[in-house]
Amino acid sequence: MHSLSFDIAHLFAGGLVLVSFMLLYQDRLYALLNVFALQAFVLVLSVAWQAFVQQAPHLYITAAIALILKAIVIPGALHRIVARLGIHREVETVGGIGSTMLAGIGLVALSMVVMLRATPGADPLAREDLAFALSVVLLGLLMMVTRRNAVSQVVGFMSIENGLILAGTGAKGMPLVVEISIAFSVLVAFIIIGIFLFRIRERFDTVDSRALDNFRGERT
Amino acid sequence: MAVIADLAIQGIQMLLVLCLAPALTGFVRKVKARLLRRRGPSILQPYRDLWRLMRKEVVLAENASWLFRAIPYLIFSATWVAAALVPTFATGLLFSWSADLIAVTALLGSTRFFLALAGMDVGTSFGGIGSSREVMIATLAEPAMIMIVFTLALLAGSTQLSSLAGFMLTSPVGLRVSLGLALIALVMVAVAENGRIPIDNPATHLELTMVHEAMLLEYSGRHLALIELAASLKLLLYVSLIGCVFLPWGLSPPGADVSTRLVGVGAYGLKLAAGGFLLAFFETTVAKMRVFRVPEFLGAALMLGLLGTLLLFVSRSL
Repeated sequence: MHSLSFDIAHLFAGGLVLVSFMLLYQDRLYALLNVFALQAFVLVLSVAWQAFVQQAPHLYITAAIALILKAIVIPGALHRIVARLGIHREVETVGGIGSTMLAGIGLVALSMVVMLRATPGADPLAREDLAFALSVVLLGLLMMVTRRNAVSQVVGFMSIENGLILAGTGAKGMPLVVEISIAFSVLVAFIIIGIFLFRIRERFDTVDSRALDNFRGERT
Repeated sequence: MAVIADLAIQGIQMLLVLCLAPALTGFVRKVKARLLRRRGPSILQPYRDLWRLMRKEVVLAENASWLFRAIPYLIFSATWVAAALVPTFATGLLFSWSADLIAVTALLGSTRFFLALAGMDVGTSFGGIGSSREVMIATLAEPAMIMIVFTLALLAGSTQLSSLAGFMLTSPVGLRVSLGLALIALVMVAVAENGRIPIDNPATHLELTMVHEAMLLEYSGRHLALIELAASLKLLLYVSLIGCVFLPWGLSPPGADVSTRLVGVGAYGLKLAAGGFLLAFFETTVAKMRVFRVPEFLGAALMLGLLGTLLLFVSRSL
């Protein structure tokens, strides 16, 4: 592995982690969706670079699917959902943004410690991609935990999936069938989540997930 | 003979820093005014201001202690030393063994400590507000700065500025995310430390937002001149720090001849102009931030610094 290709892969994967932090940092829904589209775009660049480095042409198809579906279709659809729900200003976080950031840094450090210990013999590129992918996944989970708004929880879910694709492409290419099936299952999940959003909205007049707790009687 | 030449070059650097600092401040003001389609004062205006303040009588509050009078000299000398330690046009100067990034950070931290003390010394309410806000900013800016220093030190294997610049110049650093993150974080810290616009605006006296200015309200005459000059020096220090670490081109190596040194001075001037222009451009495009949002801004800088260190750890350990 000569160093420049490694450095560029490092750049894109590190950029993906950085964009995940930017997702955690946003406090407006439209800005959140734009950053999510940016994350998908960085993922596309990263996957395309992996395809070039590994000489695996089917990864270009993965990149194309990610570009169309995740960078264009899903953010656009979320934009329309947010516009129709009329909630573009409300993102409520559990705890402050600062403490969420610190927790995120802790998660990144954790994923690096775990991955670097667990995969000593693997290819450097794959190791680094796995470490970054695990941190993107954990940051997506953190985002789902720390947001009360259902739309931003959806964004957290989608960014977890971005992390999975990064992991899959880093480990010597993902079979195309798996990639397509994941893409379609995410699309289906997205449609179901969208329908649920509107159902929650109809039932409770809000998409704040605290309303569900009230309904179940878990909070007085 | 060589020692005398080295001493002379170090002296030139100290004088250059001192003479250029007000010009940089004036340049930033001029560019800002031009970007707002105003004419703006001349670049030499800060020199005239300093000269005017120097000649004026010092008016002291009755209950000002000796500390209040000593602090301007302390702040000025510490900032000057720090600014003169950062390599401007040449690396490997006579005192470069002491040009340690941690030492520079510590010098700046102690000036901030003394300035906050001075703000509280006379006992007016504005001084207290300014000091408390300054310390709040410091609690986040200093760890961010230290994380940046760690990132650079891990990469170059040294915290000495001269060897850092030399490392960046000679060895194939490659494309590194950590360096980019460190650069962004350093710019954010520099903006906060110098009280530039999203954080603070020293050009106004608006009590809701002022930080740096509130601490200086009781100063007058030559004391105020010294503190203003120290603020200019601090701005110059950060610009030359960014220039020396991230854009080290044109720095003359130790023991270079006169023409190389002159090229170094020219490159330094270009870097200062570019830095000043970018700062002015940035300041005209953003709005002033609420004081309560400052921790988020600096928290982002701290986060970038931490992330830079972590990413570097991954790329190095492979």
